This record gives sequence, C-alpha cells and structure tokens, in this order.
Amino acid sequence: MIHARGLTKTFGPVEAVRGIDLDVSAGEIVGFLGPNGAGKTTTLRMLTTLLRPTSGTATVAGADLFADPAAVRRRIGYVAQGGAFAPFSPVGQELVLQARLYGLSKEQARERVTTLLAELDLPGVEERTTVTMSGGQKRRLDIAMGLLHRPELLFLDEPTTGLDPQSRANLWDHVRRLRERDGLTVFLTTHYLEEADALCDRVLIIDNGRIVAQGAPDELKSEHGARTLDDVFLAVTGRELREGAAA
Amino acid sequence: MTALTVLTGHYLRASFGNKFSLVFSALQPFLYLVLFGPLFDRSGVGSWAVLVPGLLVQLGLTSAGMAGFGIVFDQRFGVLERLRVTPVSRVTLLLGRVLRDCVVLLIQAVAINVAAYALGLRAPLAGVLAALLLTTVLSVGMASLSYTAALTLRQELFAPVMSTLVVPLMLLSGALLPMSLAPAWLDVVSRLTPFRYAVEGLRALFAGSYASSALVWGVVVSLAFAVLGVTLGTSRFQRENA
Ligand SMILES: Nc1ncnc2c1ncn2[C@@H]1O[C@H](COP(=O)(O)OP(=O)(O)O)[C@@H](O)[C@H]1O
Ligand SMILES: [Mg+2]
Repeated sequence: MIHARGLTKTFGPVEAVRGIDLDVSAGEIVGFLGPNGAGKTTTLRMLTTLLRPTSGTATVAGADLFADPAAVRRRIGYVAQGGAFAPFSPVGQELVLQARLYGLSKEQARERVTTLLAELDLPGVEERTTVTMSGGQKRRLDIAMGLLHRPELLFLDEPTTGLDPQSRANLWDHVRRLRERDGLTVFLTTHYLEEADALCDRVLIIDNGRIVAQGAPDELKSEHGARTLDDVFLAVTGRELREGAAA
Repeated sequence: MTALTVLTGHYLRASFGNKFSLVFSALQPFLYLVLFGPLFDRSGVGSWAVLVPGLLVQLGLTSAGMAGFGIVFDQRFGVLERLRVTPVSRVTLLLGRVLRDCVVLLIQAVAINVAAYALGLRAPLAGVLAALLLTTVLSVGMASLSYTAALTLRQELFAPVMSTLVVPLMLLSGALLPMSLAPAWLDVVSRLTPFRYAVEGLRALFAGSYASSALVWGVVVSLAFAVLGVTLGTSRFQRENA
C-alpha cells in the first residue's frame, strides 16, 4: 500500500526528514511514533502529495507519487493534524463540497455525508459549525471528511492529541471498525504510545527525521527487554518521549 | 469542469450568505461615485463617462484585489490543505475562487453603472456591456494575484500590504483624473502600471470609440494581466506539491 525509499525533506537549513524507507501492506494499521518535531507530519504531507520530497521515491496506494499524484489523491484520505473545518461554515456544506470534488453527484454526496456522520456517531450535525462541538466530535468530523470517497488508505495525523481518554478510546474503536469492516489501511501518527501498543499491528519510531526502530509492538518490546513502548522509545533514543511531546 | 462549477457555486453561496462583505468591498468606488462624481462632472475635466470607467478599475482593485483575504482563513484552518489533497487540478482550485470573485464584481459593477446612470451618466449600452466584460478580464488577473500574495506573504501582512498597494495603483491608473493632465514623469510612471491601459480602454468603450488604439491596448494589457495572474496563482497553488 505504501512503499517509500530514501525520502528526505529539507526546509532551508532544517533537515526535517533524513532518508526514510517505509513499507505498509494492505489492511494494516501502522503507527508512526515520535516526539514533536521528529518529522511525522512532514513525512505524511509528502506521502499525501502535499509536499514535494527533496529526494527519494514512493508509491502510495499503487500510484507513483511523482508520476501520478492525482491517482494517489483519488485513493487516499488525509486527516491533517490541525483539522479541516473553518469555524464559520456549516459542516454539512463543507462535507458535501468535498465529496463532490471527488466526483460524487449532489444526491450521492448528501447521502454519503448522512451515512458517514451517523456511522461516526454524529447524526444530524450538518447545519452546525465546529464552534459548538467538542474536541472528540471535531476529530470524528475530520475523519468523516477523509473517508467521503471511500479511500483504500487513510492517513491520520495525531487524531487523538488533546482529547480526553474516553474520546480517545472511542476514536480508536471507530478506526478499528473501519479496518475490520472495510479493510481500510491506516497510517497514523501519535505520541500516546500505550494507545499505539493496543491499536497498531506495527509501529515505526521516528526521531530526528530517521526511523530508529520498527516492528510489531510485542516484537519491539521483547527485542529491547522492555515492558512498554515508552521503554522501547527510551531504549532506542536514550530519551523519554513525553519530554519532547508537550503539545 | 464540474469541479469548477461545484467550487464556484459553493463559494458564491458563501458570499451571498455574507451580504455585508458584498457591499463593503464596493464601498469605496460607490463613495467616489456619489461624493466625488458630482464635483468631477462640473469640474470641466470630463463627464460621468470619464469617471465611471475609472471607478470600475477602482472596484477591480478593491473588490477583486482584496479577494485573497478569504484564503488566509482557509489556509489557517486547514481548509486549503484538505482541498489540495483532492484530485481536483490546482488551476481549478484557483479558478473556482476567481470565478466567484468575478461574479461578485460584475454585480457590484452593474450596481455602480445603474447608480451612475441615475446621477447623469450617458454612454452607449454596447460600450458599457463591453466595459463590464473588460473589467471582468482585469479582475481575473487581480483576484489571482491577490490569492498569490495571500499565500506568499505572512498572514498578518496581507491586509495592510494590499490595502496600501491599492492606493498608488489606483492613483497611477488615472482612474480619478485623466493622466493627460499629468506632468511627464507621472505620465511615465503611470504607463508602467497595467491599470492605466485598462482605464483608457474602458473610457474608449464608454465614449463609443470602438476602433481606438486605447481600446486595443486596454484589451491586450488586461488579457496579458489575466494570463499572468492565473499563471502565477496556479504555480503558487502547485508549489510544494509532489
Ligand atoms: N513548512 C516548514 N518550514 C520550515 N520548517 C518546517 C516546516 N514544516 C516542518 N518544519 C520543521 O521540520 C521539523 C519536523 O516537523 P514535523 O514534521 O511537523 O514534526 P512532527 O509532526 O513529528 O511534530 C521541525 O523541526 C519543524 O520545525
Ligand atoms: Mg506533527
């Protein structure tokens, strides 16, 4: 589903991503873990065609990132770290617009929006703006936005950051269900390692623009003689993840 | 094509939901029309048919020129990023907004012409209609450049920079007083701005001189300006893309 080789991104003097190789298979839930500034968002924005890599190659959802970015865009969904809704527009209008940009007719778009909102426990919020919604509701709304066109692969950038534990658990339930029902492949970033442990088939730990460890959570833990993924992180980077993950 | 109509329709609905900004972005030319027009008409410099074309260019500068303001918020809230991740072409993402701006501007321009007619403007209908078309072409360029600036400048700089820039551009276009009155140096500087040619082309249309070189220049410069604007705007939407 994702094959990337030697991806790098340099912003002026900042080497945000320093040569990343990635392989994600269809149907996997893969967690991309690391402290703030590690290069997670930059990597996701490259894989979603939003940012041109400084070097490297990638195929995403079967299409070449450089040769056919439009095909990549058709097949993936992307939920950005900062959300996708302006606070002054009714969310239904924005969702219908987005669906229509993926080629759905007006009727199809409305129907799809109604169904998705109901599935994500947000029935009938079409006329509301995000101002009146909780953090968990907003995040599920962002996910609905990313799923409108039934992508094969969904990128989630820090979907649960800032949510209370209950909303976080609820959101992960939705992600699990999407994979089980639709076979959706999910590539997500987080710095809640205990959640990644519970949810992800495989995790990649990124630090300073490089992948420093990867594998199934249990594999990684036994490999490093660690009890938790936090301990694995400490073992491979020599630092606590939380120190660098204030936000 | 469908994506373009969907986008334009969406933005138009949003614009008509905010009547205040529809009026506000045309306020300056309206004030000039009502509070300055009667003076101009009696000044001996020219009639309403000389002033109104200038006000149309002023409208292009204030209405289409400030269009980029909207995209600043879309960028801040992640709306732009979410649109950029759809397969819609980058030029369509730009033109969806620009077309909305043109429709808004046309409505404002018609309103200015109707008000001017009530105040005493007399001009051939064909000329006025052609002038609206030319104003639209100019606005395509203006709105596109406005979006380019909004995506290039730091967020907080866009509004002050653009509203400051609009003043010299308008004065140099000869929108308020014909540049035939200008000293040589000012005339030369004025000729370096595209709006000078647009104003003179529009005046030719309002005067019914459809075969004048002023009109030819006005059309050529406005078209070139529109092409330049869309090209720069598209490449700004494209920048950083894979
Ligand atoms: N557009 C940008 N311009 C300059 N530097 C950037 C830009 N985006 C990210 N960076 C820098 O790249 C590094 C990685 O950032 P990011 O990918 O956002 O990290 P993460 O998502 O893991 O917190 C940081 O040092 C950040 O400051
Ligand atoms: Mg990030």
